[in-house]
Amino acid sequence: MSHLLELHDLEVKFALRTGDIIAIDGVDLTLDKGETLGLVGESGAGKSVTGFSIINLISKPGYISKGKIIFDGEVISSFSDEKMREIRGNKISMIFQDPMMTLNPVFTIGTQMIETLLAHKNISKSEATKIALEKLQKVQIPSPETRLDQYPHELSGGMRQRIIIAIALLTDPQIIIADEPTTALDVTIQAEIMDLLQELCETDHMSLILITHDLAVVSQVTEEIAVMYAGKIIESGATNEVISNPRHPYTKGLINSIPGSIKPGEKLQQIPGMMPTLSKIPPGCAFNPRCLEKIGICETNIPEPKKTDVGTMASCHLI
Amino acid sequence: MSTPILTIDNVVKHFDITGGFLDQIRFKNGKFKLEKTTVKAVNNVSLSINQGETLSVVGESGCGKSTLARVVMGLYAPNSGQILYSGKRIDNLSHKEMLPFRKKMQMIFQDPYASLNPRKTVQRTLEEPLRFHNPKMSSKKIYDKIEEIMEQVGVDPAWAKRFPHEFSGGQRQRISIARGLILDPELIVADEPVSALDVSIQAQILNLLMETGKKRRLTYLFITHDLSVVQHISTNVAVMYLGNLCELADSGTLFENPRHPYTKALLSAIPKIGETSEKHIKLKGEVPTPIHLPSGCVFHDRCVHANERCVNQIPELLTLDNGTCVACHAVEENRVIS
Repeated sequence: MSHLLELHDLEVKFALRTGDIIAIDGVDLTLDKGETLGLVGESGAGKSVTGFSIINLISKPGYISKGKIIFDGEVISSFSDEKMREIRGNKISMIFQDPMMTLNPVFTIGTQMIETLLAHKNISKSEATKIALEKLQKVQIPSPETRLDQYPHELSGGMRQRIIIAIALLTDPQIIIADEPTTALDVTIQAEIMDLLQELCETDHMSLILITHDLAVVSQVTEEIAVMYAGKIIESGATNEVISNPRHPYTKGLINSIPGSIKPGEKLQQIPGMMPTLSKIPPGCAFNPRCLEKIGICETNIPEPKKTDVGTMASCHLI
Repeated sequence: MSTPILTIDNVVKHFDITGGFLDQIRFKNGKFKLEKTTVKAVNNVSLSINQGETLSVVGESGCGKSTLARVVMGLYAPNSGQILYSGKRIDNLSHKEMLPFRKKMQMIFQDPYASLNPRKTVQRTLEEPLRFHNPKMSSKKIYDKIEEIMEQVGVDPAWAKRFPHEFSGGQRQRISIARGLILDPELIVADEPVSALDVSIQAQILNLLMETGKKRRLTYLFITHDLSVVQHISTNVAVMYLGNLCELADSGTLFENPRHPYTKALLSAIPKIGETSEKHIKLKGEVPTPIHLPSGCVFHDRCVHANERCVNQIPELLTLDNGTCVACHAVEENRVIS
């Protein structure tokens, strides 16, 4: 069976004056119809760049230097800008972190929604308004008619994020890429937004790529998970398997460092040190200077992804 | 019982945001009137912390938790109410009288990128409070102290001459903590000290805070929205909603047996790792603005248990059998099944 979206050995480089740095280093990912995938990692792991590269939103000096992205049987990584516009925001939509930054403060919600529709579809303005209203209802916004005439500043953070989701839904996309959609929101609102996204995926058979640093959110929402570290996917597989039986020392450390996994007051397990900057990635396994279980080979050889005993994939020499 | 190290007694803090004269003019019932707009950030909050304890104040954005921290530190003067430090009132002191207390109370801020002066080296950042509070201290002593404190927080003392931009977020937060500790304070007010950090770094900083807390017998007032962090480090937890205290209990009791309907909803919304999402409690509507507070219980328009009394009467903080303090009519009347 062919997948809805495939990333093959994707490599993204940023050309800097001091030389190229590799932000994404050979990422392989697949996403099926209706599947939810969580992309987890700390800041600088390359999870957002992966998300951006799928819809070709990498801006200079960044560029895709190797590999390909296949969507619905077509290699979209080699599409021209013009052709890409038929995919981006149409078949693949993206939701960003900060709802105040993504909405234009000087246009009403209605204007922004209708503009999106008219850009992608050959329909009249009244038809577009109808679709906009329908989508606002779908994201459970109370009194959608009045919202169309409101400006972003008149709405709360949670409401704005709902509007953003409604805009992403306008063209009935097949994939939604959500980049930290709830990081700027409070827990109670986060729970509501996550419920909404999950519901939408189930009812509309939409696929979701959830990019976040929050393992707990991913473990509740997604079926599949990919953990990134220094531009590579170091562990992936079914979410509940990876979370309950992590095999890569980094994933283990990440899970153990969340307060709540051990008794209150006890020392949290910590991962020593910090993620290397992309220009100074250590030789061998990128995680080796912080790894508590490292062996000699870790410092020289880059580990290949291997199947673990629980059916997940992990890139570690210990497996 | 000994005197608590810090007592917050019925503190009220309102901010006037009206602006100029013209902004105050309102036209009502055929008359022009001057009206002020105030943000009611903190309303009648009372709390106390004993020596060596960690009290966490939790709540969502806009609930007044940071304002409360700043009132405690004397950065804002309360509109009414008192702050007592070891039994002595400190909120009405003059700048000069306040100085000895400033030495004993230090604050750590959320964003280590904004809270360190980018034009000062770590050494200058750390020596400033020492020189200010101990003008007679010799330079050698000061530098020894800086070295000692940097070692304690896990930053190589050899880097003392570096500027903040040369450090990562986690290291900067360690430097902020060092600045907080350098005067050997008794009370640390930490306003979201780990919210801006990555999970693996967050664990390092929490461990550091807990270790130094134990070693120095520090008392913490911890302000955060992250409930899993709260559960891990606190002795007592206070839950705030819209400037009001709704529940106060020791950490174990609060997480096992939350009583206030808002606390219940808040706790049910925390995503827990490895658990498939259970149905969390959905709240009606959104947090109202603190400019127009709802009448009676501020939570009534979002609460499923609300009745007539909740709309009209502000609930008092009640102490229940298990020691939990809760401000809720429904709990008082046993309308909430715990």
